Amino acid sequence: MSAIVFARHAMTPTERLRDAGWVAFVGLILGVPLIGLTTVDVGGRLGVETRFGLLVAAVAAVFAGRLLLRWSIDNMRNRKLARDRVSTATAADRAHGAQRVVNVLGWIALGASIALPIVYSDNRYVVDIATTVLIYVMLGWGLNVVVGLAGLLDLGYVAFYAVGAYSYALLSTQYGWGFWEALPVSGALAASFGILLGYPILRLRGDYLAIVTLGFGEIIRVILVNWTEFSGGPNGISSIPRPSFFGLEFTRSAPEGGHSFASFFGLEFSAMHRLIFLYYLILVLALLTHAFVSRLRKLPVGRAWEALREDEIACKAMGMNTTNIKLSAFAIGAMLGGFAGVFFAARQGFISPESFTFTESAIILAIVVLGGMGSQMGVVLAATLLVLIPEFGRNFAEYRMLLFGAAMVLIMVWKPGGLLSHREPTVRLKPLQRSKPAAAGTEVAQ
Amino acid sequence: MNTPATLLSVRNLTMRFGGLTAIDDLSLEVPAGKITGIIGPNGAGKTTLFNCLTGFYKPTTGTLRLAHPTRGEMLLEKLPSHRVARDAQVVRTFQNIRLFPKMTVLENLIVAQHNVLQRASMFSIAGLFKLPGYRAAERKAVERAAMWLERLKLTHLADDAAGDLPYGIQRRIEIARALCVDPVLLCLDEPAAGLNPRESAELNELLLYLCGELGIAILLIEHDMSVVMNVSDHIGVISYGRKIAEGTPESVRNDPEVIKAYLGEDEEEEAMGGAAA
Repeated sequence: MSAIVFARHAMTPTERLRDAGWVAFVGLILGVPLIGLTTVDVGGRLGVETRFGLLVAAVAAVFAGRLLLRWSIDNMRNRKLARDRVSTATAADRAHGAQRVVNVLGWIALGASIALPIVYSDNRYVVDIATTVLIYVMLGWGLNVVVGLAGLLDLGYVAFYAVGAYSYALLSTQYGWGFWEALPVSGALAASFGILLGYPILRLRGDYLAIVTLGFGEIIRVILVNWTEFSGGPNGISSIPRPSFFGLEFTRSAPEGGHSFASFFGLEFSAMHRLIFLYYLILVLALLTHAFVSRLRKLPVGRAWEALREDEIACKAMGMNTTNIKLSAFAIGAMLGGFAGVFFAARQGFISPESFTFTESAIILAIVVLGGMGSQMGVVLAATLLVLIPEFGRNFAEYRMLLFGAAMVLIMVWKPGGLLSHREPTVRLKPLQRSKPAAAGTEVAQ
Repeated sequence: MNTPATLLSVRNLTMRFGGLTAIDDLSLEVPAGKITGIIGPNGAGKTTLFNCLTGFYKPTTGTLRLAHPTRGEMLLEKLPSHRVARDAQVVRTFQNIRLFPKMTVLENLIVAQHNVLQRASMFSIAGLFKLPGYRAAERKAVERAAMWLERLKLTHLADDAAGDLPYGIQRRIEIARALCVDPVLLCLDEPAAGLNPRESAELNELLLYLCGELGIAILLIEHDMSVVMNVSDHIGVISYGRKIAEGTPESVRNDPEVIKAYLGEDEEEEAMGGAAA
């Protein structure tokens, strides 16, 4: 029976009908106790009542639904097969097409992200969410170096985010450092933590590596919770100074003998100014990250990362020092995470270990995997989805996380390689040229 | 005929894994600019020899002395695997092909030139700013890769993902990639495995070209006798980790020890026949 129920192809209408019939039959068996019978309160006693009308309706719905599902799946498959058969597109053509899609998406995303705060200049909620998306995009791009390019599964990435955030928080509250001074120092600190983590795990791979990185992430968090004199413990660090716009503070009243942002530009003070400034700040940081990582990917070090992901032994046989390659991946990934952490601390004004739990690491990793390992544009898509789905899900209250999980499962079933799994080569022998449709047409005619 | 200079001399090499002795007191000379074949039944220790030679295993005892033509003498057993390829220029291929499957053929060949390029990119700093020095180095690397692709008739596949290509072609890519490292000694682990007769013949031609025209010494593990016997100048036969014969293809072919190792002993067969009867 199962062979019929789960048959891959129900090509002829009879086959489809029979398939749907079997499914409806299973529905009927399951439906009798679930739908057909129900308990009622009969004068203080428990009685059983039948609901066969509802059962029939449910079975009919299952039958029709199965028929429709089968039909649409087959239809889709046939259409795809037909397209593949007719298509004269070469692999290069398809690659070209995929790359064009990615490029177009990229420009649209860039345009939209620049325009967003202008359009929603008085909507605090939208700008806030967009800022969160961009933080995750930046974190995703950082982790993409480690997981997507170098293939080193890192489950403790949030540790570097925490190192960046706490470095800025401590440097600014204890030593009065500004945002821009603290940024490179915090990044460097996070990078050194990356190397620190990298050393003991050079020989590990796959699952083992994942477990150790998971432990590392927890160690950092536990230290932050327990070392109260250093990090403020569970209370965290508050009143972290906000970044200023080239020395202009976003305050209601201008400081003595100076200007605030609003007074300098002759604007009326609005709390939105700071939010929009923060949004553009993370946008610039994210774009710089993107430019940096895309450039690195095309350099020897980036190719070495990818080669390491593909085959470590072959790397060694080609004379590559895999130790340095791994450490550089960890260091660069950690540094980018650290930058994101600095921004996070500056934006929130308050940080505590609660912001750096394993869930954060898991979400960042999910962004990289759902986006398509190594794909920069995929990270943007996945980060947007993973931040927005729980937000839209707010209406569904307790089903929110269920929805979130289901969406992840569906994406992985639909696109096992991630949303954008196309990999653009770092160098080509022949520049891509789309073969002319006319030329392809004549070939077919001949 | 004058005896050629020795490029690599293996002296009393022993490799033990716990109680198992994979290589037992093996000594072998690999002459410069010649093709040396290594044959032997399955499990004889041929690939273990390669792993010792290229730094993947540390031999239990014994020395592997390489007389590098320009960089002086080196002891390969003291070098980690990446330095065997980078500094000693002893480069290997693998029995079960190890390409970078998702990268294109061209990228595979450029990754092989990593050390040269990494130095030219000044550890990515010059590369990040696209300085002219780095760009020239990259152009040269691409040209070099293109040259080998041309020579191995792979040019039309340069921009395809290496993992998607047929087996025989992947074998050729692996050799092309090894050549991009600029080897003085090329160690090929069963390069003809899975090739059809025409492809094997092409492989023969390639090996003779590499050795004859470019003077690259080749160490060849191979089961395909049409390859080994036709191209090798010198053959070493290993069985149970020991060298049982060494010499020209002709002498090895007629060596009673070798025949015994491959076909078994007559008495044994008779004894087994008797037992069965």
